[in-house]
Amino acid sequence: MSLDSQPPAAGPQVGADEWVAREAHRREYLPSWLGTGQRWLERVGWWPRLLVVGLAAAALPLLGLGGFQLQVAIDALVIAMLAVGLNIVVGWAGLLDLGYVAFFGFGAYGFALLSSSQIGPNGIHLPTYLSVPIVMIGAAILGLLVGWPSRRLIGDYLAIVTLFFGEAFVEFTNNVAPSVLGGPNGIVGIDPISIFGSQITTNGGYYYLLVVVLVLTMAVLRLLETSRTGRAWRAVREDPLAASSMTIPVNRVKLMAFAFGAVVAALVGTIFAAQQISVFPTDFDTPILILIYAGLILGGAGSIAGAAAGALVVMVIYDGLLRSPTDSGYLFYGLILLTLVVKLRPWRRLAAVLAATVALGFAAHAIAGALSARAVAGGPASTGWLATALRDWVIVPADAKVLGNWGYVLLVCLLIALVQVSSRWRTILLPPTICLASFVWETRLAVEPAITRQLMIGAILIVMMNARPQGLLGSRRVEAIT
Amino acid sequence: MSAGPDRPGQAADPAAPEHGSGGPAAPSVLHLDRLSLSFGGLRALSELELHVADEEIVSMIGPNGAGKTTVFNVITGVYRPSSGDVRFVGRPLAGQPPHRIARMGIARTFQSLRLFLNMSVIENVMAATYGNTRAMPWESILRLPRARREEREVRALAEDILSFFGQRLAGYRWDQPAYSLSYANRRRLEIARALATRPRLLLLDEPAAGMNPAETHEITELIARLRDERGVAILVIEHDMHVVSGCSDRVIALDHGVKIAEGGFDEVAGHPAVVEAYMGRDPGALSDAG
Repeated sequence: MSLDSQPPAAGPQVGADEWVAREAHRREYLPSWLGTGQRWLERVGWWPRLLVVGLAAAALPLLGLGGFQLQVAIDALVIAMLAVGLNIVVGWAGLLDLGYVAFFGFGAYGFALLSSSQIGPNGIHLPTYLSVPIVMIGAAILGLLVGWPSRRLIGDYLAIVTLFFGEAFVEFTNNVAPSVLGGPNGIVGIDPISIFGSQITTNGGYYYLLVVVLVLTMAVLRLLETSRTGRAWRAVREDPLAASSMTIPVNRVKLMAFAFGAVVAALVGTIFAAQQISVFPTDFDTPILILIYAGLILGGAGSIAGAAAGALVVMVIYDGLLRSPTDSGYLFYGLILLTLVVKLRPWRRLAAVLAATVALGFAAHAIAGALSARAVAGGPASTGWLATALRDWVIVPADAKVLGNWGYVLLVCLLIALVQVSSRWRTILLPPTICLASFVWETRLAVEPAITRQLMIGAILIVMMNARPQGLLGSRRVEAIT
Repeated sequence: MSAGPDRPGQAADPAAPEHGSGGPAAPSVLHLDRLSLSFGGLRALSELELHVADEEIVSMIGPNGAGKTTVFNVITGVYRPSSGDVRFVGRPLAGQPPHRIARMGIARTFQSLRLFLNMSVIENVMAATYGNTRAMPWESILRLPRARREEREVRALAEDILSFFGQRLAGYRWDQPAYSLSYANRRRLEIARALATRPRLLLLDEPAAGMNPAETHEITELIARLRDERGVAILVIEHDMHVVSGCSDRVIALDHGVKIAEGGFDEVAGHPAVVEAYMGRDPGALSDAG
């Protein structure tokens, strides 16, 4: 089988290899009309897509976002920017940087110092067009400084060292030079950002600013991704030894990733500081880092659009929906119903489970009410029509705290059992599990949103890992076996 | 690519050795001089002399653990030699980092494939042009002329190299992820990627490992074509004697880090030291096998 005996290149024939390749390619897409939509989106190209999404985001306030929703949207955009920046370091260069939030803090504190009365008798009030570039250049240098000692650390070691750096930043701002950095009281009275001579002072203005900056950043990074530098980053992620044997200076490329990530984080930090008018050390602590990572992983590390989309989803769920008992109730019951409808087949089985769940709830409620009036004395934590619908279905005792906690433990045990048992037992166990879940939700979870939202994000990530490990918009990846 | 790899042309190596049975008079591209490498008490290579002439194909054979891949790792800068000298077109390599050695014109493939699996086929090849291109990140972002020209050239180079492999890495595969390739095609892609660094010397580490007889035959022809059409000198480690006899100008046999024979294929294959290294001193005593 010499090369000469091969059929001519680019002929109309389809060999077995090519057929397998095309089949594999076809399977990358969603089934039926969803796949058609996906293909169509791919054909459109990236920048019209980005433009359309950006314009849609810009149109959102016209539909009447309230003050609370607007604040949630701004927070979501900030985290989305951070996730997009983190994607350079983690998604492309493959460096597990757990100190990333410190660059965000550096940007915010840097802008705060340059745009407030904090330093000197009258303070420094630099115009935006000076302070923002200065902060970004400073962040790039800081990125190089942090990257320099860490450039030879890989994997777990890099993660721990950068985590220390992140914590050190919080300690630093808390304790060093309180007269300048303000200690735990932070810096207040920060100048707004001004563009073309007009100051941005409203949340609406910052929303538009963030949308524009995010769209521009995504476009810039998209251009970088397919360039020489982007390829080098990904090559270093895939195999540093092979990359260095292919003329890529691995350490320099890693440092560049650190610097670029730091610049993006610092840029969004300046906007964050100006929008909040104040910065505090706790704004840049580990919880923010977890949110950024949750968004990046949920959306798909390595994909710019995925990072942004994942962060928006996480923040809208975390900060928006889960704060109000009614909205979080919709989310909770909606997710359960959606999972059942998608996962339970045949339809007979779905109908049986739903009917059994409803019947079991009413029956349990009636029995409990007959035994003791106190057992059903409390109302569900949900409000609105959901509360009306649930009043006679879910048991809420007068003092539900202890019972609810035990119910939570039992629920976890039941969920573990549910994934272990055979299909028939799962059908039988499902209705009591759902009833118990709503009991736990109404008695404990819905009234403790601060804890519940953490649990929910964790649960969503677990479900995501099983359903679509590459994330919402990420592409499938394999690990090299060496 | 604006700046090609910086090589001092065809200048004859002043240190070119006159040794070895089949040593050609052509200038030496690669020259290892009394090269030794120890890991603690283990002597991986000792006093190794080796040279590769311009556009020559040299095979390295030897039993497992003989130090063949170690030689590659020393040449490409992964290991630093304990003593001795590595020269590439007259320039010393010891102490240089791998990426700079690669830019000087030495490319390699890996015995255990090390592709950029989650990048597309053509990106694998294009990534290897990093050292020979110059566009800075902001030039790429703004799509300035130099970045655009380099990108065009790199793409053309990659397509040219991939078409060198005929139907095997044909156009429809270019945008597929490298992990979707079969084992044999991954080996081909590794060679393609190495070629994209524009090497003058190509180090192939067991290019036919895991291939069936037809593919092995094909790879043998390919190695010869690489030399004939692309003008690279090739140092190849191979266990498959069909490949070794089929393409090499010269064969070097290693055992325990020592060169035990050198010369034409028949000469080396029949050399008593080589037979002993593979079979043991007494053909009956298998316990002594290398």
